[in-house]
Amino acid sequence: MKIAFLQGESGGKAAGFEEWYQGRGWKELSIYMTDRNEATEFQPKLHPGKKGRFAAHWAKYGTGYLFLAPFIILFTIFVIVPFFVSLGLSFTYYNMLEPPEWIGLNNYKLLFLEDDVFLIGVKNTLIFAFITGPIGYFASFFAAWAINELKTRKFLSLAFYAPSITSSVAVSVIWLYIFSPDRYGLINNLLIKLGFLTATEPILWTSNPKTIMPVIMVVSIWMSMGTGFLVFLAGLQNMPGELYDAANMDGVKNVFQKLWYITLPMMKPQLLFGAVNSIVNSFNVFAVATTIAGFPSPNYAGHTIVAHLYDYAFIRFEMGYASTIAVFLFVLTFLLGRICMKVFSSKDTY
Amino acid sequence: MVSIQGIGVKQRIYARWKASLRHRIRRISPGRVVTHIFMILLILFTSLPLVYLASTAFKPLDELYIFPPKFLAMRPTFENFSSLFTALSSTEVPFTRYLYNSLLVSVLTVLGTVMVSSMGAFGLVKYKPPCADFIFNLVVAALMFPTAVTQIPSYLVVNNLHLINTYASLIIPKLAVAYNLFLMKQFIEQTPNELIESAKIDGAKPFTIYWKIILPLLKPAVFTLIVFAFQSSWNDYFSPLIYTTSEAMKTVTLAIQTISGGTTDLARAGAVAAASLVTIIPTIIVFLIMQSGVIETMAYSGIKS
Repeated sequence: MKIAFLQGESGGKAAGFEEWYQGRGWKELSIYMTDRNEATEFQPKLHPGKKGRFAAHWAKYGTGYLFLAPFIILFTIFVIVPFFVSLGLSFTYYNMLEPPEWIGLNNYKLLFLEDDVFLIGVKNTLIFAFITGPIGYFASFFAAWAINELKTRKFLSLAFYAPSITSSVAVSVIWLYIFSPDRYGLINNLLIKLGFLTATEPILWTSNPKTIMPVIMVVSIWMSMGTGFLVFLAGLQNMPGELYDAANMDGVKNVFQKLWYITLPMMKPQLLFGAVNSIVNSFNVFAVATTIAGFPSPNYAGHTIVAHLYDYAFIRFEMGYASTIAVFLFVLTFLLGRICMKVFSSKDTY
Repeated sequence: MVSIQGIGVKQRIYARWKASLRHRIRRISPGRVVTHIFMILLILFTSLPLVYLASTAFKPLDELYIFPPKFLAMRPTFENFSSLFTALSSTEVPFTRYLYNSLLVSVLTVLGTVMVSSMGAFGLVKYKPPCADFIFNLVVAALMFPTAVTQIPSYLVVNNLHLINTYASLIIPKLAVAYNLFLMKQFIEQTPNELIESAKIDGAKPFTIYWKIILPLLKPAVFTLIVFAFQSSWNDYFSPLIYTTSEAMKTVTLAIQTISGGTTDLARAGAVAAASLVTIIPTIIVFLIMQSGVIETMAYSGIKS
């Protein structure tokens, strides 16, 4: 607490200070108590009086709250509240016509112990997520890095990002044509021409349970390559050039070394972001699977967790059970996301 | 390197040229070649289906079913597009209405979310209210919410607010997205405080600071956000599915499902392809516009205090 000395005084308490001090209220004295190195603006110091403290608090943070308000209000209504409602509904039986009826952990028991289709869905989703997630992730990073090194940036960026801009519904036309299960489909046609298949035995891409999964994976990889691509590109372009110059002087030989020792560590936040994104997206797959394989898919081969949820929520109207599935999905995604955060922890950035 | 002393000009030049050649050849290292090959393959993989979509949209009816199928249209025509826009006998709603719906909803959503997210991030980062950490952790956790978790109760909320079948139901839930706040926050953290302080000393009101200083600094993030938000709103067919009940309020993406009428039905491939193409184009346009903005601002941005 610095107390400004009265004008003309030097060292120690000046004469007349006590009278001056006693005659002043806290408000005037507080002006002399701010530490000017801290504040970017003149702020009244917090005084141990309730109303004063609130006013001071508001003066300091008030505009902050105002700016934050629209987001927080909307976020609470449409994200936080629904999340807790989902959580609550998962313990009930709710069919939209009658009010929800509490049944405790029954839904969870049913889900994990008796629902075989759900287990198939989990298996599918996991296989799916662990294959398409990393591949799409690495591909988009690789593309961002390569595009950064080349000069024809704009066109290549578009060509690479275009798939993920399109919706699966719109593009399914093409993919269904390519994988069409009769001999008119592009791939079947090619294979027949090359002699791998006879004309009477086209591969039933979208009906054969064994091939449905790979088909959906290919389409999904195609669509997911752009996820995070922009973020990676932005991150790469914002890298300080001095690091590379320093590296060149220290004898870094080729491009790959540059990549491993410099680029990647500097990009940890973006890498983390892309990873979390890619995981969330791969667990969320539903539209792609149903557009290609149908709903339900033969032998549930294309059934994902979200498809299962949709089935129970909007076809059978069992909201309670559907909420249980949603909670499970959330826990799964959250755990994996947490693991990613540990791996990509950016606490050690410079 | 050849010694320069006592050698003629011509030889000096020749020596330098040879060295530069060596340098250029060294640049064509095997690593680079492999990289280029992979890139080309990737690009082909990603763009061929789209090119095919474009070509199918322009094929006249008789070319759609020829066997073996051809890649490029032999006699390109606008037939499919015209039939799409003028006569859709299966529905009473003209196709342009869907486009209008989609456009309106997407544009408003984008504007709204850019404002809300950047203001929110500004308040969070620059003013640091005491609950900032808690809020931020909450937002990060919300990043990992699968959409399904919030979709069902969201429907209940919207229903109770009597917003079903309005544009608001398609816009308002999309305004406060955790992802967007996260993006803005990362960028805002990189903006220098000195600018803000000097503006405060000059007596600027907080909103002016936000509008004139922060937003321009955030341009790359804003452009990226515009691309993401537009695309997510335009391509979303689940929200219109549950929130709209009348044909006239549907968006383009939802409408395509009606038009395509079945997954393996190739009977209307031309019309569907044309519709799909029309659906894809706006997102691509937005991307192109924003991309040049993004690249430019990134080239000129030096976040130097």
